Amino acid sequence: MVSLPTTLNTRIIGSRDILWLSAGFLLASLPHLLRMPIWISVLAVAIAGWRLLQLRMHSKPAAKWLMVLIAFAASVGILMQYRTLFGRDAGVALLVIMLALKLLETRNQRDGMLLSFLGCFLLVTNFLHSQTIPTAVYMLGCAWLLVASLIGMQYTGAWPGWRQPVRRAGVLILQGIPLMLVLFLLFPRLQGPLWGLPQDAYAGLSGLSDNMSPGSLNSLILSDAVAFRATFSGKIPEPKDLYWRGPVLWDYDGKTWTAPRIVQNTNDLPDNGAQIEYTVTVEPHNKRWLFALEFPGIRPPRSIATRDMQLLSFTPVRSRLRYDMTSSIGTAYGADDDRSLLERNLRLPADTNPRTHAFAQDLRKKFPNDRNLVADVLTRFRNENFVYTLSPPLLGEHPVDEFLFETRRGFCEHYASAFTVLMRAAGIPARVVTGYLGGEINPVGEYILVRQADAHAWVEIWLENTGWVRVDPTAAVSPARVERGIASALPRSDPLPMFVRGDFALLQRMRLTLDSVTYTWNQWVLGYTPDRQRRLLSYVGFSEATWQTLAFLLMFCAGVAVLIGAGFALRDLRGVREDAVKKIYTRFCRKLEQRGLLRDPAEGPRVFAQRAAQQHPELTGAVNEITTLYVALRYGGESGASRIQDFKNRVRTFSV
Amino acid sequence: MPPAGGSPSLFGALKNGVLEWMFQWRGPERGTIVLVQRRVFILPTRQGLLFAGVIVLMLIGSVNYDLSLGFILAFLLGATGIQSLLHTFRNMANLRIAPGRVQPVFAGEQAQFQIRIANHARMHRYSIGLTRDKLGAVYVDVPPNDEITATVSIPAIRRGWLRPGRLTLFTFFPVGLFRAWSYADLDMRGLVYPAPASPGLALPLPESGSGDGGVHGHGHDEFSGLRPYRPGDSPRHIAWKVVARDDALLNKPLLTKQFAGRADSELWLAWELLPPAMDTENRIAHLTRWVIDADAAGLAYGLRLPGLTLPIANGAMHRGDCLRALALHGLAADHA
Repeated sequence: MVSLPTTLNTRIIGSRDILWLSAGFLLASLPHLLRMPIWISVLAVAIAGWRLLQLRMHSKPAAKWLMVLIAFAASVGILMQYRTLFGRDAGVALLVIMLALKLLETRNQRDGMLLSFLGCFLLVTNFLHSQTIPTAVYMLGCAWLLVASLIGMQYTGAWPGWRQPVRRAGVLILQGIPLMLVLFLLFPRLQGPLWGLPQDAYAGLSGLSDNMSPGSLNSLILSDAVAFRATFSGKIPEPKDLYWRGPVLWDYDGKTWTAPRIVQNTNDLPDNGAQIEYTVTVEPHNKRWLFALEFPGIRPPRSIATRDMQLLSFTPVRSRLRYDMTSSIGTAYGADDDRSLLERNLRLPADTNPRTHAFAQDLRKKFPNDRNLVADVLTRFRNENFVYTLSPPLLGEHPVDEFLFETRRGFCEHYASAFTVLMRAAGIPARVVTGYLGGEINPVGEYILVRQADAHAWVEIWLENTGWVRVDPTAAVSPARVERGIASALPRSDPLPMFVRGDFALLQRMRLTLDSVTYTWNQWVLGYTPDRQRRLLSYVGFSEATWQTLAFLLMFCAGVAVLIGAGFALRDLRGVREDAVKKIYTRFCRKLEQRGLLRDPAEGPRVFAQRAAQQHPELTGAVNEITTLYVALRYGGESGASRIQDFKNRVRTFSV
Repeated sequence: MPPAGGSPSLFGALKNGVLEWMFQWRGPERGTIVLVQRRVFILPTRQGLLFAGVIVLMLIGSVNYDLSLGFILAFLLGATGIQSLLHTFRNMANLRIAPGRVQPVFAGEQAQFQIRIANHARMHRYSIGLTRDKLGAVYVDVPPNDEITATVSIPAIRRGWLRPGRLTLFTFFPVGLFRAWSYADLDMRGLVYPAPASPGLALPLPESGSGDGGVHGHGHDEFSGLRPYRPGDSPRHIAWKVVARDDALLNKPLLTKQFAGRADSELWLAWELLPPAMDTENRIAHLTRWVIDADAAGLAYGLRLPGLTLPIANGAMHRGDCLRALALHGLAADHA
């Protein structure tokens, strides 16, 4: 029995609680500590260490002025480091330092609980950097520890051992899962952001860009990162048809290809050719492109289609986005493009690549027909000693001249660039198309996984009466690149990301399974957007429901979930409720109370009956009868409605 | 018993009425009080509200940065909080509260009310707080299928019967986000003896039957017999000779020599012996002091109050009877 204040605020917490809180804080901030500038991490760990030292030495709390000084100095340091206090990373750094200081200050339960709560908030900030399954599991573990530390603070009597609070926290969290699921699925979702995001919010997202200069694709090809995944409703198309169209680059300055700033919209999407239906889930890349097989036949919601067959989302893709798509394969578009539009696709910078220009003029004389000219160039690529490699020699002033006539070593961006220049020099409208080629078919989840490493550049040319058609010069040089992916196209000595080369069958199998799990996770957990929520609701029959209906639905389901939780929680109270027989006996005891006979809770019914008979001999008969019946019904295993009714009647007629 | 601080204004009366209705305050209840579910109230603590605020912040952050896992974690912690409400509730529900023993105390001391708390459930109850005045509380744990005794100290201010009044049982366990509480107004009372006068007057002289007074003031001289030793007996009165005679010293209780005043010299602690100007409470205080002193001296004495006379005797039982009579003297029947 302990005497303590009646509120939580001023209860002093023990060193064990401080230890738990320190562990919770350090584990919750560990991923941040590994990311942040080293001085912030060191400061945070040092402050926590100081607190633990205080515990060991039983020393006095740190002086208030000292803590204020540290807080101020750290804020100034963070301001200088990040140039702001309110950016995403600066805010997290500030939070970590302030939590460490709070830990240093914590003496009573109010502070301890606040620290736990803020630790939970810190967990959420970790998701800014990673939302993978391991991160989720780790953060769940941290949340568990923080809840356990909250529980640990509540024991006022003998400490029951560390397992108890940990188990209790686990039970609480487990029993909260039904309600969590209901809230996750039904709680009205808003499409963020609510306020302007700091500029660093999407740093580090990789993907194609609106220009292509030598080497720009190279960095993508070395990346394992997933670009998007696609699930086909029917058969997956042949590898030679898996050209995922991205930015279309029109303008060339002799070195860099760039996409035009503004391209006219169109609603005239091709609908001839083989129709392929599929669903794309694109990873955030902070640009507007939505990828589709050439050529897209429909426009995803909240996006536009341009005259050069790009699909552009209204806003940059900053969260995983899923859309249905239909493509027409093996066709062409834009046969009616007018001269002024085509003009732009013939422009070349003056005074560059003179040998290419001369070569193109020769070809033009030899082949008046565009198709014949193209076929001849591709034959040259195939038959002459061009090499496909990711480590080409550096090119100088006239890169196309040097590439075509001297080095002859390069990869898709060299071939696409050179081919386009050659076509334009020969008077055929041409432009570079970037995107992805192929992808890895995952037999576990039956979808195609496209990585940044699958980035590719190809060419499209405009032919009279046909329109824009695709030409892939790389395919002429290295058919394997198209048919079997980039890993088989490259010599073994070329560096490639580990996951792209599938050297070991078991390893291959494992990572396919892993990616399939990730895909499901992305689809159902991370990709649960307001749109997905609407679709789920319409699937269960609430397609045009008013908000009142939805609120009712949420309330109802949440109510059911809470009832389930209550069932679990109150199960342990069961058996305490008095049953019918016990109730009748209690009534009997109340009657005896009127005669001053109080049954002690620990007194057995027979002992009580004896005592009653001693004090009031005139009641002996009735008391013994009732007690015998009671013992038989309650402990003797007897039952039956008539016996209970008999018992009830006797008690009712019993008078003192 | 109206709640503490009940003001006589209309508003105060109304407020008390509402509280009484809401919390079902209905005066002392006889026997065991079972904290059935409708008697257990629950509200979030300040920390609980703070936790809710942090959850809302987590949700806002998750909307803004589109963090699906942020939603999940916020909802999971929120659901855990809701679940903790049920756990706090069940930590209190169905406890059985019953009156225990109360030892008499003197006014000005703390009366120790023993409260029996029984747990018939299969689960352990942790950190059950008991308080009367919200200033401090005792906390107890009750193991499954067990009963423990908590002691609530209540200052005994005036002589007479003291009731513990309405006790509040509460718990924050397990997480501290919610406070479940319940009221128990047990039908129990403890006796408060009057506070002895300090300093008291010297004991009165024994009344002499023959009237010649004499010097037998202390009643120490007439040996009247032996009785078992009781703690507090003067060592001078222990029958050491008897003890020394006996071989089985360890098995035999010590014996105390009993003395009686001479038959014709009786120590009467009487109301009318005190100065006539003295008021009732003062008289009672002085009589209390006399009873204590006379008992401590091992004397036999009688107590004479208006309307009540306790014949001459000695021993703890007699002392208790006398103090009880003094405690209850002149009090209204409902207090007696």
